[in-house]
Amino acid sequence: MSSWAEMGGQVAAAEAFVLTALCVILVIDVFLTDRSRWLTYVLSLLTLAGAAYMTVRYGVQGRVTAFDGMYIADPMGDVLKLFSYGTVAVAFLYSREYLQRRGLFRGEYFILALVALLGVMVMVSAGSLLTVYLGVELLSLSLYAMVAFDRESGIAAESAMKYFVLGAISSGTLLYGFSIIYGVTGTLQLDELAVGVREVGASNLGLIFGLAFIIVGIAFKFGAVPFHMWVPDVYHGAPTPVTLFIGSAPKIASFVLAIRVLAEGLDAMVASWQDMLIALSVLSLLLGNVVAIAQSNLKRMLAYSTISHVGFILLGILAGTNEGYRAAMFYTFSYVIMAVGSFGMILLLSRSGFEADRLEDFKGLNRRSPWFASIMMMLMFSTAGVPPFIGFWAKLAVIGAVLDVGLAWLAAVAVVLSVVAAFYYLRVVKLMYFDDPTDSHAIEAGGTLRTVLSANGVAVLALGVFPSALIDLCARVLP
Amino acid sequence: MQLDWPILSVLIWLPILGGGIMLALGDRGVVLGRWVALLTTAATFGISTLLWVYFDSSTALMQFTEERTWIDIPGTLVSTYSLGVDGIAMPLILLTTFITPLVVIASWTVIEKKPAQYYAAFLILEGLMIGVFAALDALLFYVLWEAMLIPMFIIIGVWGGPRRVYATIKFFLYTFLGSVLMLVSLIYLYQQTCNAGQCSYLIADFYDVPLDQNVQIMIFIAFMTAFAVKVPMWPVHTWLPDAHVEAPTGGSVILAAIMLKMGGYGFLRFSLPITPDAADTLDWLVISLSLIAVVYIGFVALVQQDMKKLIAYSSIAHMGFVTLGSFLTFELMRVNGDPRGAAMGIEGAMVQMISHGLISGALFFCVGVLYDRVHSREINAYGGVVNTMPIFATFAVLFALANSGLPATSGFVGEFLVIIASFRADFWYAFLAGLTLILGAAYTLWMVKRVIFGAVANENVAGLTDLNAREFIVLGVLALAVLALGLWPAPMLDVMHKTVEELVQQITAPKL
Repeated sequence: MSSWAEMGGQVAAAEAFVLTALCVILVIDVFLTDRSRWLTYVLSLLTLAGAAYMTVRYGVQGRVTAFDGMYIADPMGDVLKLFSYGTVAVAFLYSREYLQRRGLFRGEYFILALVALLGVMVMVSAGSLLTVYLGVELLSLSLYAMVAFDRESGIAAESAMKYFVLGAISSGTLLYGFSIIYGVTGTLQLDELAVGVREVGASNLGLIFGLAFIIVGIAFKFGAVPFHMWVPDVYHGAPTPVTLFIGSAPKIASFVLAIRVLAEGLDAMVASWQDMLIALSVLSLLLGNVVAIAQSNLKRMLAYSTISHVGFILLGILAGTNEGYRAAMFYTFSYVIMAVGSFGMILLLSRSGFEADRLEDFKGLNRRSPWFASIMMMLMFSTAGVPPFIGFWAKLAVIGAVLDVGLAWLAAVAVVLSVVAAFYYLRVVKLMYFDDPTDSHAIEAGGTLRTVLSANGVAVLALGVFPSALIDLCARVLP
Repeated sequence: MQLDWPILSVLIWLPILGGGIMLALGDRGVVLGRWVALLTTAATFGISTLLWVYFDSSTALMQFTEERTWIDIPGTLVSTYSLGVDGIAMPLILLTTFITPLVVIASWTVIEKKPAQYYAAFLILEGLMIGVFAALDALLFYVLWEAMLIPMFIIIGVWGGPRRVYATIKFFLYTFLGSVLMLVSLIYLYQQTCNAGQCSYLIADFYDVPLDQNVQIMIFIAFMTAFAVKVPMWPVHTWLPDAHVEAPTGGSVILAAIMLKMGGYGFLRFSLPITPDAADTLDWLVISLSLIAVVYIGFVALVQQDMKKLIAYSSIAHMGFVTLGSFLTFELMRVNGDPRGAAMGIEGAMVQMISHGLISGALFFCVGVLYDRVHSREINAYGGVVNTMPIFATFAVLFALANSGLPATSGFVGEFLVIIASFRADFWYAFLAGLTLILGAAYTLWMVKRVIFGAVANENVAGLTDLNAREFIVLGVLALAVLALGLWPAPMLDVMHKTVEELVQQITAPKL
């Protein structure tokens, strides 16, 4: 047995820290009464801060492998992890009041979220298909539990069940694909796989067969059409803080899953997976945007909008160039910032006994609170891809990447469908600004939620006017 | 250039800053807020006159240029915050800064709902519009071009008439659909400028990109979608009557006076110089659509019952002259190699844009004056207004005559130049375009006859009060401008002359 340090384990310090911390929190939480539950909350936030410190402290300049190649540390991974900590922290900050009001302020939410985060981190740093799968399962199993975590709610239980059954099938598909690839190339290590695929030849039938299963698995985790069925139900059925969480770090996980497996492991098969992803992405854009129009529930509408954004992220990935991966990464970041903000708005307006997740609950918000109406407006325009907000730069990057590989028709389809999307985002703005309020309650939310949400809204504008830093970051970690 | 401070940046950011202050003040300080809005827009206009004073009309080069790094990530995205004006952009910026304070004055007491947000929206919109005309970087241009939709969407939707939601969403989606295809073209052009890893979004660099005919045609069509919707050209004009009718007076004025001009500006700045060969091939399309707009829409205007709708259709017909004048170039060069005629067409288009900005703005203000008193835009609801509002009637008749192209008003100059240029190209173009002199007079004067003249039609009209000082200032200033440009258009023509000559040379040199 070689020691942790000999295997290069210090690059995995953040993972080790999160694992240790969450075990400690789990034990501490058992002894806490409801009144002192805030300790779990604070410790969870401290864990994220500590993990961020570890990631920065043991950050790497280039690609470093550890544990016999099972684990990869690279600058892209570090950035993705730091971003995940940030979004999870924001999710915690947004969720506290909602959970407290509904008697859901329990340790499980935070512990499961940290386990899910650990899963994301493992996926980000996966150097082998096995590690990828380990991360996928860590993440998925905690998400299933989180969706069902409001025990009183029938609809949550139903969507958790749906999520679990479909998720298990997709995990199985993914694993089956991995096993076929392993059978053909004889390796699970991603860098060896890249070599192995070239030796066997990218047009090997077995490989393509395996690839198809892997694509299905990835598409499911992303929620791309036609493997999107779980998305609206889960987004709708889960308690809003959980929906918020699903919209944050797990999206980064889906992105990295595609990058590690397709772009790094199976890069020689780009011609095959490009075609498959084109189909998935066009369908997602089409169905997501069109069906979103028919929704009256904001969470469901955002679920369908997510599906369409997944279409855009896939567009970036399917370009198969570093420019495309950068664009997809930028898109993922900006999507997460916007999604977290939009679900944050629902949490802001909710009160005890009132969810504020229907579109009409936003009616006349401009009368009730011009500031938060303007934040929601910025979020909506940004999600629609209207400048000068961050969402525009994300679309710009993706369309640029697609045009660069000569798929002009795909770019045209994407932008035209984004006009369809503009309609339902405009409807939210219409409700807030043009209609009279039906609800005269003052907004109950406390200082933390207000401050963080304001910062989130301002970030959407500031990063839209000065997008340089974020674009540069993506360019630097994916040269 | 001659100024050592960044005047264009000041013009863009001053109103936006003012808008920010308005939003921060909120409706509590609305009296103060109005003055902030007026002072900001007046100061912006004051500063913008310096553009005129220091403008060097002996060169076609960009002036008052500024260049700062905005996004500089070589290999991924390079775009500069690059501003400047030439003889085409400068008059349009002056038009913008001239009209906006009038809008603020005109809505001084009229807006009751959320006034702070109303003024803020107009101030922010002004900054963005100036930016669109001043941007030399295509990406900057696009960002401002799209961002402009947001305040206008809010203005129509919040302060508009009964069908405002339909109108504003239609406005937004139409323009957005037009623009996204332009975005794809801009990205494509950006990628074509790449040389040894150095790419650029500068419009000037796009001019030098060699493009083969098929690509040019695709790009031309994409640009045309964007600009034709904005102008608007027949058959993508249907958003305009809706938007105009539902928008509050200020919104209609800005829309007609400035936003429509962006389409014409886009043709001159992007379509013609970037894809000259495609424009040469497809000029028949634009010319036909323009003539349809002039003639057919003229007839449509004739039957309108709603004053705002009538002016909206009249705008479409008048903007037909802008696109016609811009695209006569090729015909003129092809048939008789006539660069002077071509320049005349483009200058006519430019003058028409400025003049239509003033006249249509003034007409919408006039309708606003009546609407504020009677709350109806129907022509039938009026009659004999001259008996109770003689001063108003004087202004209204003046603007109506200007709208029908009466000599000595600015409306005459632009139409005259374009018709002369069409004569040089083809008699039938001139014949059809000339019909506007009849049609324009018919629909405008018929409306004037029914609304202003005759016996007092009903109690509402009998109870009308004449213009107050505020309205008098707005209409008076506009009347002065309309007459000044009509009687002595030379200064404006001088400003654009060099730039237009250069443009004609540029677009008639084939790129293939």
